[in-house]
Amino acid sequence: MPLEYKMVIKDFSFYYQSFQALRNIDLKISTKGIFAIFGPARSGKTTLLKSLNRLTDLIFGTKHTGNIFLDGADIYNPQLSPTQLRRRIGMVFDLPTPLPMSIFDNMAYGPKLGGTTQKRRLSEIIEKGLRSAVLWDEVKDRLHTSALRLSGGQQQRLCIARILALEPEVLLLDNPCSGLDPISTASIEETLRQLKNEYTIILVPNSIQQASRVAD
Amino acid sequence: MVYRARYITQGIAKVFIWIAALSTIGVMILILFQVLAEGIPALHLRFFLDSPKNMGREGGILPTIIGTFALTAVAVLFATPLGVGTAIFLREYTRESRISRMIRFGTDCLAGVPSIIFGLFGFVFFVIYLNMGWSILSGGLTLAAMILPTIISTAEEAIKGIPPSYREVSYSLGGTKWQTVTHTILPSALPGIFTGILLSVGRSIGETAAVILTAGSSLMMPTSLFSPIRTMSVHFYILAREGISIKMAYGTGAALILLVLFVNTVANWLLNRYIRHRA
Repeated sequence: MPLEYKMVIKDFSFYYQSFQALRNIDLKISTKGIFAIFGPARSGKTTLLKSLNRLTDLIFGTKHTGNIFLDGADIYNPQLSPTQLRRRIGMVFDLPTPLPMSIFDNMAYGPKLGGTTQKRRLSEIIEKGLRSAVLWDEVKDRLHTSALRLSGGQQQRLCIARILALEPEVLLLDNPCSGLDPISTASIEETLRQLKNEYTIILVPNSIQQASRVAD
Repeated sequence: MVYRARYITQGIAKVFIWIAALSTIGVMILILFQVLAEGIPALHLRFFLDSPKNMGREGGILPTIIGTFALTAVAVLFATPLGVGTAIFLREYTRESRISRMIRFGTDCLAGVPSIIFGLFGFVFFVIYLNMGWSILSGGLTLAAMILPTIISTAEEAIKGIPPSYREVSYSLGGTKWQTVTHTILPSALPGIFTGILLSVGRSIGETAAVILTAGSSLMMPTSLFSPIRTMSVHFYILAREGISIKMAYGTGAALILLVLFVNTVANWLLNRYIRHRA
């Protein structure tokens, strides 16, 4: 398998109990850049993204056929830990989902669970993540206030920053600008354009226009 | 005409709701006023700091205050981990199944059992069979069994109310199931769990029947978990029932009410601080 493809999806089907949500998907996703996925509402875009980092494992009564490879390795290999996989493939959801804690604690959540507890190291990671998501200047003076007090657009960029703090290889963005105003949308798109040189991004965009603005 | 009928219904509803609210508050005030009015004359600093003399006709109630706290603490310390653990199991580690339905049915039944039955069970099992005698431990464990259903169901409700997205976020940031429980689920459910514990504390403090059967009614100062004790509620009951001293009984009642008010105020203050800190 040539390695210019970061992820390869082969004949992948997915079922919620008897309902088939995905039918024989074949996709090759190149390393770095933004790959956009389109489809009508309820056509399985979210299911596809959640299958890519095995968040679908959390739902009872699902099954799948076919394979998904990350760097040539099958992600559903039973020897692979889904926890490790999710650190390599980060996901941002369609609505901002800050946890009810401070901005700092939101950012530190992933690194801490991964075993980074040194305060200085955490601060570095957090600053880097927030800078990458173009949020640092807006929040640097109030890292210890609740993340719930940020605006919708800031919350969504926090969610992106939170994932970046884990230094993943692939970013899954499920319609990250739904429900956001044009200015917030513009700043998130700007963030994406900056990130696409370093990360493999799989994006479910808001609109064709958005895709043409940011995707490859 | 329709408009007029609606107007009258509206008026009747309003009157009814006001009566309901006012009579609830009225009954509460009446009870508080009566107990405090009769009891406060007996309340002096010595009353809280001295041991009872002459069966409780004179002296204070210190051993019963300590007994009440000790018994409640044992009950809460045993019931909280068990109850919260069960709730986590029901919500996070298993899906709706025969086992979870059985556990829920069991706790519902347990919640409806009169406290005297718990007392009888505690007497036979802890006091006699396990040979713990009338003691803080026997009484505390009995109360723990009694408050367990409350703690399980309030904790389960609290966990149920957590948005599913919190779980997804925690997992997507590389959390394991246990990390998700300890770092996201429990902190978010804490206010609800805490409310359940407060309710249980109230029940434990007020319980008499189960306590007499398992912790005894000794007026001696307890020295260990195996000492028999008398709680304030039991003291009140015995003073009034045996006609030892109605004045001292009301004093104990007033002290009990003030104590419960104090505990609740402190607990609410802590809880609000925690909620404000997170929002």
